[in-house]
Amino acid sequence: MTEPTTRTTPLHEVHERLGATMVDFAGWAMPLRYGSETAEHKAVREAAGLFDLSHMGEIHVAGPQAAEALDYALVGHLSAVTVGRARYTMITDADGGVLDDLIVYRLAGEEFLVVANAANTAVVAAALRERAAGLDAEISDESADYALIAIQGPRAAEILAPLTDADLDTIKYYAGYRHTVAGQPVLLARTGYTGEDGFEIFLRPGDQAPAVWEALVAAGRPHGLLPAGLSARDTLRLEAGMPLYGNELSTDVTPYEAGLGRVVKLDKPGDFVGRAALAARAESGPVRKLVGLVGRGRRVPRQGYAVMRDDQQVGTVTSGAPSPTLGKPVAVAYVDADVDTASGTFAVDVRGRAEVVDLVELPFYRRER
Amino acid sequence: MSVPAELGYTSEHEWVAISDGVATVGITEYAAEALGDIVYVEPPEVGATVAAGDTCGEVESTKSVSDIYSPVNGEVVEVNPTAVGDPAIIGEDPYGQGWLFKVELAEEPTDLLTPEQYTQLTEGEG
Repeated sequence: MTEPTTRTTPLHEVHERLGATMVDFAGWAMPLRYGSETAEHKAVREAAGLFDLSHMGEIHVAGPQAAEALDYALVGHLSAVTVGRARYTMITDADGGVLDDLIVYRLAGEEFLVVANAANTAVVAAALRERAAGLDAEISDESADYALIAIQGPRAAEILAPLTDADLDTIKYYAGYRHTVAGQPVLLARTGYTGEDGFEIFLRPGDQAPAVWEALVAAGRPHGLLPAGLSARDTLRLEAGMPLYGNELSTDVTPYEAGLGRVVKLDKPGDFVGRAALAARAESGPVRKLVGLVGRGRRVPRQGYAVMRDDQQVGTVTSGAPSPTLGKPVAVAYVDADVDTASGTFAVDVRGRAEVVDLVELPFYRRER
Repeated sequence: MSVPAELGYTSEHEWVAISDGVATVGITEYAAEALGDIVYVEPPEVGATVAAGDTCGEVESTKSVSDIYSPVNGEVVEVNPTAVGDPAIIGEDPYGQGWLFKVELAEEPTDLLTPEQYTQLTEGEG
């Protein structure tokens, strides 16, 4: 049941018609699953899945000093990004704590699109405005105007190709250009959050999203495409070792704890918010580290459960789920940085019972290229 | 949503079928739907004494885990190996092949919900 204040995406009626189980996510009514979330997950791994991501935030940064503003506001070096390319980056507070993780597209020399998590869009827009003060750059939160559809999976390109004017072979990973899909003008980007090849299709305004969705479904069904909900999206990103804000990322950690120190460009010219704190953390090393856990049994370590090494608590699970690809429970957890992860017996306290886990390198799943 | 007329129910979304002093217990279609794909079930052990309202096992799905509450007092005499081996069957056939365990009753339960009461409950929650 959705609250009266819950926002709905331009695809809401499509989800209802498909009989989706809806869930409130960051104030949005979103599809959790349409049928079996395991089948949706496997469709993305083996064929393709179609996602409504219209809850994501789209913030435009435009003006002669747009690049300069983003270099100061974010940890990345956005002025070095060429037009048509995108970067995975983060925005932190002055202490280096992560406010959000972002994908930033350079749409034109003086125009960027910042894509933020739904729950953080207002915070990110406010921080960008504050940090761009005095610079010739305009920040506008255009989220309400956008629809976002993602098609992900090994057959995504094959399904999309006949519906677009773009030559998909020329669109590299983390690139995005203005094209058409199903006759509609879109920003077509080769990005995603599933560990598979795929595309994200930004529509503005979003009112033609149902037509684009239906065209992709019609083209994709013969290839095994399924509409996929947030449940599958979460298990897909977890297998692919991608962090989720609110789980692996929060203001309590810097990018270094999350194993994503590479996004912090300490050597970019000029100051940026968080620089001093992040430089210090780079020097001292992270205070915690993210590890991958694979359960030997079938009970699933979930967010908040204690991680034990030889019966001592050394960390906490941030995300966990039964992995459809591995057929076993998988989880990621923060453990103290000085914990010896090469020896000892690790277990997770799953509701009062220790379940033995094996520590593994992340990600749990990597697609064959 | 199916709520078979011949079964008793609990507010914890279990169903109960009583025959010759033995209660067969499972989870309702409503509960199975809410859980999503069920990946693991741990029913109580054969020989265990269970008391109505007490947790006696768990059902785990992709997104969450739920306790199983015993709807009756008695001794567990059988668990369903099919459901343990292939938990997906619980979602596919919750009132049939997806049953969880059987309890030899210490006494007849008196507080089970009727199908009408249970339907009312789920409509309130839905």
